[in-house]
Amino acid sequence: MNDNNLPELTPLDPAFITTSRIATALGLLPFVIGAGVLEFAQLLPPGSFLVPVFLVYAFVAYTVPARKYRHWGYDMGTDRLRVVRGYMFYSDTIVPFGRIQHIDVDQGPIDRRYGLAKLTVHTAGNHNSTVALPGLAHADALAMREAIRAAIRQELL
Amino acid sequence: MNQAIDDPVDVTGQEGERLHISGLFVGFVSGLPQLLFPLLAAVFGARKADNPALIPIMIAAVLAISLFFRWLGWRRFRYHVGADDIRVEKGILNRTARSIPYDRIQDVSIEQKLLARLMGLSEVKFETGGGDGDDATLRFVTLEEANRLRALIRARKADEVVAQDVPQIAEPEDAETIFAMDDKRVLILGLYSFSLIIFAVLGGLAQQFDFLLPFEFWDFKRWAGLAEESGVNVNSINHVGMAAQLILAFGAFSSLIFIGFVTGVARTFLREYGFRLTQTAKGFRRRRGLFTLTDVVMPTHRVQAAVVQTGPIRKRRGWHSLKFVSLAQDSKQESNYVAAPLATLDELWRISKAAGIAAPDGDERLRKGAALHWIIHLCLLMPPSLIAMTALVIFADASLAPTLLLALLLVIAAFLFWCDWRSYRFGLDDQQLYLRRGWWQQRLTLAPQLKVQSVEIAQGPLARRYGLASLKFGIAGGTLEIVALPLSTAQAIRAAVMEKVAAVNYSAINQSR
Repeated sequence: MNDNNLPELTPLDPAFITTSRIATALGLLPFVIGAGVLEFAQLLPPGSFLVPVFLVYAFVAYTVPARKYRHWGYDMGTDRLRVVRGYMFYSDTIVPFGRIQHIDVDQGPIDRRYGLAKLTVHTAGNHNSTVALPGLAHADALAMREAIRAAIRQELL
Repeated sequence: MNQAIDDPVDVTGQEGERLHISGLFVGFVSGLPQLLFPLLAAVFGARKADNPALIPIMIAAVLAISLFFRWLGWRRFRYHVGADDIRVEKGILNRTARSIPYDRIQDVSIEQKLLARLMGLSEVKFETGGGDGDDATLRFVTLEEANRLRALIRARKADEVVAQDVPQIAEPEDAETIFAMDDKRVLILGLYSFSLIIFAVLGGLAQQFDFLLPFEFWDFKRWAGLAEESGVNVNSINHVGMAAQLILAFGAFSSLIFIGFVTGVARTFLREYGFRLTQTAKGFRRRRGLFTLTDVVMPTHRVQAAVVQTGPIRKRRGWHSLKFVSLAQDSKQESNYVAAPLATLDELWRISKAAGIAAPDGDERLRKGAALHWIIHLCLLMPPSLIAMTALVIFADASLAPTLLLALLLVIAAFLFWCDWRSYRFGLDDQQLYLRRGWWQQRLTLAPQLKVQSVEIAQGPLARRYGLASLKFGIAGGTLEIVALPLSTAQAIRAAVMEKVAAVNYSAINQSR
């Protein structure tokens, strides 16, 4: 799969598995609650709502984040950022530093608990106007931002 | 208050400046209309409690909560003017730290609305060329601070311009007409712009205002009756024989065509009359219009790509149209700048050359896409149509023969896919990317590789199985997607393009030339 003449990808911080598990688990909780309510209503034999919903829930919230983690990767070059993600819908994006308009470092409450951050670069293109890279150690994200900014500055001189 | 809020976590490890505290009040007052709904909800909630004293308390509570969150937001907002960039940190729970390098700031705008003005405050917006249009706003700072920021950024930008202006070649100052359309050309364009839109407009009007009409517009018996009243016997029309009916049908048909052409010509004359494109020192200047004359200037360096289009009939006469895809920062609505609505290829390449985009040197350079891509898409259509056919036979008791007509749809789809594959071409040379697509309306996109913002290799599940990929180029104001590439080709193209792109800074391209 990997291009031979491109450098190896750096994986995300392993804590990303935990944070995205927590985020998915919280985000999908309403469905489990809904299934529980339907279970209470006793429309069908016991367990016919809660059991399948819970199995799917456990799969999506526990197994999927670990898989997603395995397929994310990035490479910080001297003049470009490469972000690879997805298996079913694979996407491999390169943004040259010289085309980056501004840079965001975001931290949500879960991220902050685990010391992670998300780096987002903005370009002027209509397609891929924002390229996001989640699950970086906060210090790494800041260092990458500094490196990109310095590169933008330097190229002009 | 609690500890986490009193002690803000500094994302960058740098101290910043806060916005002006009075801005809190301005934001609160101008945000009052948004509070209308929660206020109403609070009032209605309180009314149920049968205690009139509760209503003012509830209103006060809603206002206090809103003010409290604004205050929190204010506390957690910092901006920092650094050596190379402006940083903005914000967010109560979700912390965002944005860094905007000075070189990327296109403009700084200062806005003072009435209330802010009374308080001596202003809103500062930093505009970059970001594709999502979401930049940084400081709401609010004092007017002196706003002016200081603007002066500071202008000063920093001035440094660069000096540095960059050296290689710039002086262009001739005089305006040179590079393309113009005379009345005859406009007429030809009008003939190609055959349009039956007038019927849609009339029909729409009739539907909108049918209560004004004294009769039912769509009632054909009524129309027949009207005709009989005025002496035409409708039955007699039915008896005049085949030939006469054909003549009548032909007459109706040709009048329809006539109206279509007249509409097209009229609309075109209104819009394109006196079309004139000149090249000035500032860029392209286009003047056109019969009653409403428009005059639009587009700086040459803003051109990001060119699109050459032609239709099935006009292609035979060698007519094409040329559009420029642009950054379009001034007018968000017109990101495509029509540089020539109807021109021969020679005229058209001359214009595009003025914008720094060269004609492709022959068709040999353009390659076909992998046919597998279209076959996969066709196969994706297969299961749903087969399921639909089976469902029709089983559930709707339709006989087999008419159901098989559905299979004809698949044949038509296959034919269309074949046409698309046949007309599809992509290619690249040292400077530009080419993409030609469409068998009915042909569209050739030419994009200088230097203006590419990002490159993405994308694969869906099926494409991945067969080793195909598509290349998506981010271009300011437009898109360019090359499909049906073997993965290795996609990677090679990307590597070649990135080599050129990464070496040149975007600010440099956008300011010079």
